[in-house]
Amino acid sequence: MNTQEILKALPYSYPFLFVDELSAIDENGATGSYTFNPELEFYKGHFKDNPVTPGVILTETMAQIGLVCLGIHLMGNTDQQSIGHVMLTSTAIDFMKPVFPGEKVTVVSEKVYFRFKKLHCTVSMTNAAGETVCKGTLSGMVTLKLNG
Amino acid sequence: MMSKEDLINRLKAIVSPYAQNKEALNSISEDTDFINDLKINSANLVDVILDVEEEFDIVIANEEMEKMLTVKASMTIIESKLGEK
Repeated sequence: MNTQEILKALPYSYPFLFVDELSAIDENGATGSYTFNPELEFYKGHFKDNPVTPGVILTETMAQIGLVCLGIHLMGNTDQQSIGHVMLTSTAIDFMKPVFPGEKVTVVSEKVYFRFKKLHCTVSMTNAAGETVCKGTLSGMVTLKLNG
Repeated sequence: MMSKEDLINRLKAIVSPYAQNKEALNSISEDTDFINDLKINSANLVDVILDVEEEFDIVIANEEMEKMLTVKASMTIIESKLGEK
């Protein structure tokens, strides 16, 4: 599966799609980016009069780019008829810097292992200045969902 | 050859960090089911199998992994793998 096919296979839409571009993907990892839309509803409440992207949303962004896109790619290599479906099973993330509305972030994931349907990755997110925003590990179970 | 008791104790040490039901863990036996008794989820079941591979220096195949849902089934597969060495 190429990067465009993977983006099309993602099961998300606004306001919960956090992938704009998938710039590289192979069996060992994925690289992609997302620019946080300032209109997203949660900025109104996190925080009052001081919008900052919530850590759970940063984690979700890393999961969509680093874990789900990679899982779909890995499954696409084993079965052409089905689309991979990834269920997040664990996260361990450290947060270093805030991400404000309108900021563009880049996520890089590296596969640690993919065995018995479990995909375990290290992930990191950098901002436009190249500073590490957050990093850690994510795991999910990858299953097949039949087309249609 | 390892005794059954030794093998169960080594398995108990492996599943211990993942077992949600500590009472069932304490009374672990050949009949213990990883999912139904110990309440280990499917993602952590994979960790159990990977830890078994490391502990016993064996490689488990996908079909074998799918059978390793109880202490007894795991012991059978581990013993047969060790016998092949």
